[in-house]
Amino acid sequence: MLDDFFTRAVIGGIGVALVAGPLGCFIIWRRLAYFGDTLSHSALLGVALALLFELNITFAVFGISVIVSLLLMLLQRRASLSSDALLGLLAHSALAVGLVVLAFMSWVRVDLMGFLFGDILAVTPFDLAIIWGGGVAVLAVLVRIWQPLFAATVNYELATAEGVQPDLANIVFMILMAAVIAVSMKIVGVLLITALLIIPAATARRFSSSPEQMAVIAAIVGLGSVWLGLLGSLEWDTPAGPSIVVAALVCFVISVLPVPGRGRRERAGGPASSTAASDRDRT
Amino acid sequence: MVRDRDMLISLENAGIHRSERWLVRGVSMSVAPGEIVTLIGPNGSGKSTTAKMALGVLEADEGKVQRKPDLRVGYVPQKLDVNWTLPLSVNRFLRLTNRASRSQIEAALSATETGHLAKAQMSRLSGGEFQRVLLARAILRSPHLLVLDEPVQGVDFNGEIALYKLIEDLRSRLDCGVLLISHDLHVVMSTTDRVICLNGHVCCSGTPANVALSDEFRSLFGEHAASGLALYEHRHDHEHLPDGRIRNDSEADIDA
Repeated sequence: MLDDFFTRAVIGGIGVALVAGPLGCFIIWRRLAYFGDTLSHSALLGVALALLFELNITFAVFGISVIVSLLLMLLQRRASLSSDALLGLLAHSALAVGLVVLAFMSWVRVDLMGFLFGDILAVTPFDLAIIWGGGVAVLAVLVRIWQPLFAATVNYELATAEGVQPDLANIVFMILMAAVIAVSMKIVGVLLITALLIIPAATARRFSSSPEQMAVIAAIVGLGSVWLGLLGSLEWDTPAGPSIVVAALVCFVISVLPVPGRGRRERAGGPASSTAASDRDRT
Repeated sequence: MVRDRDMLISLENAGIHRSERWLVRGVSMSVAPGEIVTLIGPNGSGKSTTAKMALGVLEADEGKVQRKPDLRVGYVPQKLDVNWTLPLSVNRFLRLTNRASRSQIEAALSATETGHLAKAQMSRLSGGEFQRVLLARAILRSPHLLVLDEPVQGVDFNGEIALYKLIEDLRSRLDCGVLLISHDLHVVMSTTDRVICLNGHVCCSGTPANVALSDEFRSLFGEHAASGLALYEHRHDHEHLPDGRIRNDSEADIDA
């Protein structure tokens, strides 16, 4: 079964989506979208270093992402620059340094497009082992730290005051993020990883009434996006990574459309209904 | 005087230094079990900072901060933002930092008259409802120490009195200490055991009656606020300048 590249792509993509969904919820709740971008941009530096020192690319990217997130935490405590400025500084410096290092290594030919946009169709059985092994580990750890991490997300000071020790949970969360970015780089590429984290989670919000529910729905939406995206990519011969993101976007758009039955009932009787009706009359 | 180690928390000459200035400095205070201590002071006087320092949320840059080992705290922060992206019901919020049975949750909610909101989403609550739920969550933990930072903001006047009454009841029922931050002087004064008047440092402290009589209190809150509480005047020993500096009377004499 694993001989077929398309099957491998689907299995790998689903593995990433199942982990990206729940983590993406925290990215949204904590307004950390730019943090995801920063990590994924710095992933390219990891790729460059991996090629330079002949390391495994996934592990090198993971290492660099962890270093960048710890650096960010340190700078946030000490520097007077605001967080978004620090994120921008780290993201693009790491990206630029990565590109410069790559350029120096004239002896290696790098498929830059592969890293920027991913190459899910080139996923090997070994990649699958890393994705699913790593994915299960990430989810297990996430479940372990869920309670303190969530308390720290709602209010850091409250969590600290009541002895939840949010700092540890925050550091573990950053490491999990680094791991997800390292393993999903091959699937959607450096530029689109954040999309896979954020869009399924944003889609899930509409259908959830508890944080745990939102995490599960985000994972399912991600799974559906991978499946639909890859089918679409096969059908219309479009690039796989971007197709997955487009499929996720379609799910999101559907989720924000008003539900016909419910929408009407909500509007009925309200002051909005009369203006809506008169608007319709005019046109 | 109760010995220091019987205190739930005690600060000794504690201060926090940020961006090249002292937010608060030289704060000495403590809260004993069953005692209500109120921090008052104008905006930016370091009330919240002092509370956070006492809780260990902020590390003191000088002085000493001690908390009783295994101190269980119920904290109502001044600001807590639950935006729409976070699907969080009141029920789930009450279990944020601790486990709780259904009956415990019901009891805490009914104590703050929010039983009907159990299934509501936090992001949909009104300001007053939100504050009541925050308080319900804090008392659900049956804490040794309640730290309430402006707990009645957005609550209407009658509700305010009811909530202060509830805090007083809790103090005797749970025998917990209460560190209260407030600026509603009149209501607070009647429920509190000890008042600490802050303005970057401890201006004055003592029983509500004594503090209301002190001149520092008057210069901080104006004659109007003090008139209902104070009976006679005594001498200023220092003055707060608009730029935040403090001028002692002796220096003022030299200037003149």
